[in-house]
Amino acid sequence: MSELTKEATEEQVLYANILEKGMFFGLISMIVTFALYVFGIMPAVVPVGEIANYWNMPVDQYLAAINDNFLHMEHAPTGWAWLGLLGNGDFLNFLPVAILAGITILCYAAIVPGLFKRNDKAMGAMALATAIVLFLAASGIVGGGGH
Amino acid sequence: MQTNLTEKATALFVSLMCAIMLSPAWALASETAAMVPDVPAAGDPGWWKWPVILLVVTFVMGIIAVLGGVGGGVLFVPIISGFFPFHLDFVRGAGLLVALSGALAAGPGLLKANLASLRLAIPVALIAATMAIVGAMVGLALPTHIVQLALGGTILGIVVIMLTAKKSAVPDVPAADNLSSALRICGIYHDQAMKQDINWKIHRTIPGLATFIIIGFMAGMFGLGAGWANVPVLNLMMGAPLKISVATSKFLLSITDTSAAWIYMNKGCVIPMMVVPSLIGIMLGSFVGVRLLKVAKPTFIRWMVIAILGFAGLKAMHKGLTVMGII
Repeated sequence: MSELTKEATEEQVLYANILEKGMFFGLISMIVTFALYVFGIMPAVVPVGEIANYWNMPVDQYLAAINDNFLHMEHAPTGWAWLGLLGNGDFLNFLPVAILAGITILCYAAIVPGLFKRNDKAMGAMALATAIVLFLAASGIVGGGGH
Repeated sequence: MQTNLTEKATALFVSLMCAIMLSPAWALASETAAMVPDVPAAGDPGWWKWPVILLVVTFVMGIIAVLGGVGGGVLFVPIISGFFPFHLDFVRGAGLLVALSGALAAGPGLLKANLASLRLAIPVALIAATMAIVGAMVGLALPTHIVQLALGGTILGIVVIMLTAKKSAVPDVPAADNLSSALRICGIYHDQAMKQDINWKIHRTIPGLATFIIIGFMAGMFGLGAGWANVPVLNLMMGAPLKISVATSKFLLSITDTSAAWIYMNKGCVIPMMVVPSLIGIMLGSFVGVRLLKVAKPTFIRWMVIAILGFAGLKAMHKGLTVMGII
């Protein structure tokens, strides 16, 4: 068992470093992609002048409406369907959101081996379980939306 | 003399902003927006006004959140859903991202300073993140007016917690319980205000962890973040020092809100034109809020926050009850 100190543990520092880099990368990407979208540098699926007609709708109705009026896809764009629409400014903005929402999974994945290596099995198992839970949520397997 | 003037100016500024946010004009705005026809009209040349208003309001919200000692998410969801034309589905998605970004920004520093405890967060996060997924799924499956009504009730509950909850800088924990001892959930930090090293441990781990079943569920269901509930449970129930509780709570949001945010994102509840101005506004407001913190009167601001939340909670309940035809 390691002795208590005032310093953060090795795992904690590793987690913090990955989180910090991911957070900065995500936020900078968000500003860049939003500028590309809002200034019309990239085309958008829903023109910026028309988005106000849709944001008061429930999400299912909103997705059906933008699919009927603009996308004409077989299914409304849920789950990871935005990946196929990255050429459009509005859907490109999903990328930084995914980075911000995904960085914690990476942090967990990074600390699990160290925890098991130090025979910290209970914490390692819980960290691994959390990483799996977050991965399932991200994949769309849990909560729907993935196809 | 100059400090007094600055204090008065700060109080006046915050009061003015609160008054604007409480103004019936916002209620009118949301009612008007609710009348927008289902069939989309052609491009609106004034489309930019709502993102700009959102940027300004979230900027003010960021200031008030810092000064009032609450998270951005807990102000964002009730105020934006109550007084803006956006549907609650998108507001909750954006609310989670607002809370998530704040937690991501604060997390690395808190972890490195050893104020946020990874060992305390790991078991709590497993439960809260799992339940946040369930909460998000339930919240998106329920009719909007039911969620609105429950949101109103929850916000009013938060007001009661804010009015009644006590805090303990370093709670008395006679002995760590078996579970926390086995998991080695303990630590040492240096308290600069008290000028001493604080050796901390926790107790009541099982009931504390069980409480996070409810907290995680509510965070996912309403997109609120959950600092308002995390801190009292970690501090008063489990006995973690206040600074460790606040820091670990902030860090925890980055995990709990991640799981729920994915559910909302996979369901399509992300509109960049809402999300990005909100994030920028809240973050800029937080930077300004931290600077105003030196001269502002926290007690006064806290009462303002309670008043705003109380009003927003009643507004959410009113909306839900109106749709149900009860009032």
